[in-house]
Amino acid sequence: MADDTDKVFKALADASRRALLDDLFREPGQTLGALASRLAMTRQAVSQHLTVLEAANLISSVRQGREKLHYLNPIPIHEVHARWIAKFERPRLDALADLKSRLEGEQTDG
Amino acid sequence: MDKPSYVYVSYIATTAQKVWDAITDAEQSAFYWMRSNVSDWKVGSTWEHKFLGKAADLVGTVLESDPPKRLVLTWAGPAHVDNPERVSRVAFDIDQMGDKVRLTMSHTELTPAGLKDVAAAWPAVLSNMKTYLETGGTIPDAFGGIHD
Repeated sequence: MADDTDKVFKALADASRRALLDDLFREPGQTLGALASRLAMTRQAVSQHLTVLEAANLISSVRQGREKLHYLNPIPIHEVHARWIAKFERPRLDALADLKSRLEGEQTDG
Repeated sequence: MDKPSYVYVSYIATTAQKVWDAITDAEQSAFYWMRSNVSDWKVGSTWEHKFLGKAADLVGTVLESDPPKRLVLTWAGPAHVDNPERVSRVAFDIDQMGDKVRLTMSHTELTPAGLKDVAAAWPAVLSNMKTYLETGGTIPDAFGGIHD
Protein backbone atom coordinates (compact mmCIF):
# COMPACT_ATOMS: atom_id res chain seq x y z
CA MET A 1 0.00 0.00 0.00
CA ALA A 2 2.79 2.42 0.95
CA ASP A 3 4.52 1.30 -2.20
CA ASP A 4 1.46 2.17 -4.30
CA THR A 5 1.33 5.65 -2.78
CA ASP A 6 5.03 6.12 -3.49
CA LYS A 7 4.41 5.31 -7.14
CA VAL A 8 1.63 7.90 -7.35
CA PHE A 9 3.76 10.70 -5.94
CA LYS A 10 6.81 9.73 -8.00
CA ALA A 11 4.72 9.60 -11.17
CA LEU A 12 3.30 13.04 -10.43
CA ALA A 13 6.72 14.51 -9.66
CA ASP A 14 7.38 15.28 -13.32
CA ALA A 15 5.99 18.18 -15.34
CA SER A 16 5.73 16.18 -18.58
CA ARG A 17 3.74 13.45 -16.91
CA ARG A 18 1.42 16.00 -15.32
CA ALA A 19 0.97 17.55 -18.77
CA LEU A 20 0.00 14.14 -20.14
CA LEU A 21 -2.60 13.70 -17.41
CA ASP A 22 -3.95 17.22 -18.02
CA ASP A 23 -4.28 16.47 -21.71
CA LEU A 24 -6.08 13.17 -21.07
CA PHE A 25 -8.48 15.04 -18.79
CA ARG A 26 -9.20 17.50 -21.64
CA GLU A 27 -9.47 14.79 -24.27
CA PRO A 28 -10.07 11.28 -22.91
CA GLY A 29 -9.30 8.19 -24.95
CA GLN A 30 -6.21 9.33 -26.88
CA THR A 31 -3.70 7.11 -28.61
CA LEU A 32 0.02 7.36 -27.95
CA GLY A 33 0.49 9.02 -31.34
CA ALA A 34 -2.17 11.65 -30.66
CA LEU A 35 -0.63 12.48 -27.29
CA ALA A 36 2.83 12.80 -28.82
CA SER A 37 1.69 15.22 -31.49
CA ARG A 38 -0.49 17.32 -29.16
CA LEU A 39 2.28 17.67 -26.58
CA ALA A 40 5.16 17.94 -29.07
CA MET A 41 6.97 15.00 -27.51
CA THR A 42 8.57 12.00 -29.17
CA ARG A 43 6.55 8.79 -29.21
CA GLN A 44 9.34 7.16 -27.22
CA ALA A 45 9.19 9.80 -24.48
CA VAL A 46 5.41 9.59 -24.28
CA SER A 47 5.61 5.81 -24.15
CA GLN A 48 8.08 5.89 -21.24
CA HIS A 49 5.96 8.38 -19.31
CA LEU A 50 2.80 6.33 -19.93
CA THR A 51 4.55 3.26 -18.52
CA VAL A 52 5.32 5.11 -15.28
CA LEU A 53 1.79 6.52 -15.09
CA GLU A 54 0.24 3.11 -15.74
CA ALA A 55 2.39 1.50 -13.04
CA ALA A 56 1.00 4.10 -10.62
CA ASN A 57 -2.54 3.34 -11.89
CA LEU A 58 -2.95 6.98 -12.91
CA ILE A 59 -3.77 5.93 -16.46
CA SER A 60 -6.20 3.30 -17.66
CA SER A 61 -6.57 2.08 -21.21
CA VAL A 62 -8.83 0.14 -23.50
CA ARG A 63 -8.02 -1.61 -26.75
CA GLN A 64 -10.17 -0.72 -29.69
CA GLY A 65 -9.19 -2.66 -32.78
CA ARG A 66 -5.47 -2.09 -33.16
CA GLU A 67 -5.49 1.10 -31.13
CA LYS A 68 -4.81 1.53 -27.44
CA LEU A 69 -6.82 4.41 -25.99
CA HIS A 70 -5.59 6.08 -22.81
CA TYR A 71 -7.62 7.62 -20.00
CA LEU A 72 -6.86 9.59 -16.89
CA ASN A 73 -7.63 7.34 -13.92
CA PRO A 74 -8.24 9.65 -10.95
CA ILE A 75 -8.89 6.85 -8.44
CA PRO A 76 -5.43 6.94 -6.77
CA ILE A 77 -5.60 10.73 -6.54
CA HIS A 78 -9.05 10.42 -5.00
CA GLU A 79 -7.63 8.02 -2.42
CA VAL A 80 -4.92 10.56 -1.57
CA HIS A 81 -7.64 13.19 -1.29
CA ALA A 82 -9.77 10.97 0.95
CA ARG A 83 -6.81 10.28 3.22
CA TRP A 84 -5.49 13.79 3.70
CA ILE A 85 -8.21 16.23 2.76
CA ALA A 86 -11.72 14.78 2.98
CA LYS A 87 -11.40 13.93 6.64
CA PHE A 88 -10.88 17.59 7.48
CA GLU A 89 -14.00 18.71 5.69
CA ARG A 90 -17.38 18.94 7.29
CA PRO A 91 -20.13 16.74 5.86
CA ARG A 92 -21.81 18.37 2.91
CA LEU A 93 -24.28 17.40 0.25
CA ASP A 94 -24.56 13.85 -0.84
CA ALA A 95 -23.14 13.77 -4.36
CA LEU A 96 -25.55 11.24 -5.71
CA ALA A 97 -28.57 13.10 -4.31
CA ASP A 98 -27.19 16.11 -6.14
CA LEU A 99 -26.83 14.02 -9.31
CA LYS A 100 -30.46 13.00 -8.97
CA SER A 101 -31.69 16.56 -8.62
CA ARG A 102 -29.60 17.65 -11.60
CA LEU A 103 -30.95 14.85 -13.76
CA GLU A 104 -34.47 15.75 -12.70
CA GLY A 105 -33.76 19.40 -13.36
CA GLU A 106 -32.67 18.58 -16.90
CA GLN A 107 -35.83 16.66 -17.46
CA THR A 108 -37.99 19.71 -16.72
CA ASP A 109 -35.71 21.96 -18.77
CA GLY A 110 -36.20 19.78 -21.78
CA MET B 1 -19.51 6.46 -30.79
CA ASP B 2 -18.21 3.45 -28.89
CA LYS B 3 -15.21 5.07 -27.27
CA PRO B 4 -15.70 5.09 -23.49
CA SER B 5 -15.99 8.50 -21.85
CA TYR B 6 -14.35 7.26 -18.66
CA VAL B 7 -12.30 4.22 -17.74
CA TYR B 8 -11.66 4.02 -14.02
CA VAL B 9 -9.50 1.32 -12.46
CA SER B 10 -9.30 0.41 -8.79
CA TYR B 11 -7.12 -2.29 -7.21
CA ILE B 12 -8.83 -3.89 -4.25
CA ALA B 13 -7.36 -6.45 -1.82
CA THR B 14 -10.27 -8.89 -1.96
CA THR B 15 -11.81 -11.56 -4.20
CA ALA B 16 -13.69 -11.17 -7.48
CA GLN B 17 -16.78 -12.73 -5.89
CA LYS B 18 -16.78 -10.14 -3.11
CA VAL B 19 -16.54 -7.31 -5.65
CA TRP B 20 -19.39 -8.82 -7.64
CA ASP B 21 -21.48 -9.12 -4.47
CA ALA B 22 -20.67 -5.55 -3.42
CA ILE B 23 -22.00 -4.27 -6.76
CA THR B 24 -25.05 -6.51 -7.02
CA ASP B 25 -26.23 -6.98 -3.42
CA ALA B 26 -28.87 -4.46 -2.37
CA GLU B 27 -27.70 -4.23 1.24
CA GLN B 28 -23.99 -3.97 0.48
CA SER B 29 -24.39 -1.40 -2.28
CA ALA B 30 -26.53 0.75 0.02
CA PHE B 31 -23.73 0.71 2.57
CA TYR B 32 -20.95 2.25 0.45
CA TRP B 33 -22.91 3.65 -2.55
CA MET B 34 -25.73 5.34 -0.61
CA ARG B 35 -28.42 3.56 -2.63
CA SER B 36 -29.18 -0.08 -3.37
CA ASN B 37 -28.57 -1.81 -6.68
CA VAL B 38 -31.57 -4.06 -7.24
CA SER B 39 -32.02 -6.71 -9.93
CA ASP B 40 -31.88 -10.46 -10.45
CA TRP B 41 -28.84 -9.63 -12.66
CA LYS B 42 -29.94 -11.87 -15.53
CA VAL B 43 -29.38 -10.69 -19.08
CA GLY B 44 -32.42 -8.74 -20.24
CA SER B 45 -33.66 -7.99 -16.71
CA THR B 46 -34.06 -4.45 -15.48
CA TRP B 47 -31.93 -3.09 -12.65
CA GLU B 48 -32.56 -0.11 -10.39
CA HIS B 49 -30.42 2.15 -8.23
CA LYS B 50 -32.59 3.44 -5.39
CA PHE B 51 -33.42 3.82 -1.75
CA LEU B 52 -35.35 0.65 -0.95
CA GLY B 53 -39.06 1.35 -0.91
CA LYS B 54 -38.66 4.54 -2.94
CA ALA B 55 -38.74 5.29 -6.65
CA ALA B 56 -35.56 4.49 -8.56
CA ASP B 57 -32.96 7.21 -9.21
CA LEU B 58 -31.31 5.29 -12.03
CA VAL B 59 -32.67 2.45 -14.10
CA GLY B 60 -31.47 0.22 -16.92
CA THR B 61 -31.20 -3.21 -18.42
CA VAL B 62 -28.65 -5.94 -17.80
CA LEU B 63 -26.80 -6.41 -21.12
CA GLU B 64 -24.15 -8.90 -20.00
CA SER B 65 -23.86 -10.88 -16.79
CA ASP B 66 -20.96 -13.24 -16.19
CA PRO B 67 -20.54 -13.54 -12.41
CA PRO B 68 -18.13 -12.76 -10.90
CA LYS B 69 -16.19 -11.39 -13.88
CA ARG B 70 -18.21 -9.04 -16.02
CA LEU B 71 -21.40 -7.02 -15.74
CA VAL B 72 -22.67 -4.61 -18.40
CA LEU B 73 -25.67 -2.36 -17.77
CA THR B 74 -27.57 0.36 -19.53
CA TRP B 75 -27.91 3.42 -17.34
CA ALA B 76 -30.46 6.22 -17.41
CA GLY B 77 -32.58 8.53 -15.32
CA PRO B 78 -36.09 7.04 -15.03
CA ALA B 79 -37.52 9.80 -17.22
CA HIS B 80 -35.04 9.12 -20.03
CA VAL B 81 -35.12 5.36 -20.20
CA ASP B 82 -36.95 5.34 -23.54
CA ASN B 83 -34.72 7.97 -25.14
CA PRO B 84 -31.69 6.20 -26.65
CA GLU B 85 -29.71 9.45 -26.64
CA ARG B 86 -29.99 9.67 -22.87
CA VAL B 87 -29.16 6.05 -22.11
CA SER B 88 -25.51 5.37 -21.36
CA ARG B 89 -23.70 2.11 -20.74
CA VAL B 90 -21.60 0.97 -17.80
CA ALA B 91 -19.31 -2.07 -17.84
CA PHE B 92 -17.65 -3.59 -14.78
CA ASP B 93 -14.73 -5.91 -15.44
CA ILE B 94 -13.54 -7.79 -12.38
CA ASP B 95 -10.14 -9.48 -12.77
CA GLN B 96 -8.59 -11.52 -9.99
CA MET B 97 -4.83 -10.82 -9.95
CA GLY B 98 -3.29 -12.90 -7.17
CA ASP B 99 -4.51 -11.53 -3.85
CA LYS B 100 -5.97 -8.41 -5.47
CA VAL B 101 -8.79 -7.61 -7.81
CA ARG B 102 -8.52 -5.14 -10.65
CA LEU B 103 -11.93 -3.53 -11.02
CA THR B 104 -12.37 -1.62 -14.29
CA MET B 105 -15.44 0.55 -14.71
CA SER B 106 -15.99 2.03 -18.14
CA HIS B 107 -18.81 4.43 -18.86
CA THR B 108 -19.76 4.81 -22.52
CA GLU B 109 -22.22 6.86 -24.56
CA LEU B 110 -22.63 9.60 -21.99
CA THR B 111 -24.30 12.85 -22.95
CA PRO B 112 -22.32 16.03 -22.31
CA ALA B 113 -24.68 16.73 -19.41
CA GLY B 114 -23.91 13.38 -17.85
CA LEU B 115 -20.15 13.69 -18.26
CA LYS B 116 -19.46 16.12 -15.44
CA ASP B 117 -21.66 14.41 -12.89
CA VAL B 118 -20.18 11.03 -13.62
CA ALA B 119 -16.63 12.35 -13.44
CA ALA B 120 -17.25 13.50 -9.88
CA ALA B 121 -19.35 10.61 -8.63
CA TRP B 122 -17.45 7.51 -9.78
CA PRO B 123 -14.19 8.10 -7.90
CA ALA B 124 -16.18 8.51 -4.67
CA VAL B 125 -18.16 5.33 -5.31
CA LEU B 126 -15.11 3.25 -6.27
CA SER B 127 -12.94 4.54 -3.40
CA ASN B 128 -15.70 3.88 -0.92
CA MET B 129 -16.21 0.38 -2.33
CA LYS B 130 -12.50 -0.32 -1.86
CA THR B 131 -12.57 0.92 1.73
CA TYR B 132 -15.69 -1.14 2.42
CA LEU B 133 -14.20 -4.34 0.98
CA GLU B 134 -10.78 -3.90 2.58
CA THR B 135 -11.82 -2.65 6.02
CA GLY B 136 -15.56 -3.30 6.38
CA GLY B 137 -16.08 0.42 6.95
CA THR B 138 -16.62 3.38 4.68
CA ILE B 139 -14.81 6.66 4.17
CA PRO B 140 -16.32 9.33 6.45
CA ASP B 141 -18.05 11.89 4.28
CA ALA B 142 -17.12 9.98 1.12
CA PHE B 143 -19.60 11.89 -0.98
CA GLY B 144 -18.84 15.32 0.40
CA GLY B 145 -16.21 17.67 -0.87
CA ILE B 146 -16.63 16.96 -4.56
CA HIS B 147 -18.91 19.79 -5.51
CA ASP B 148 -16.34 22.55 -5.76
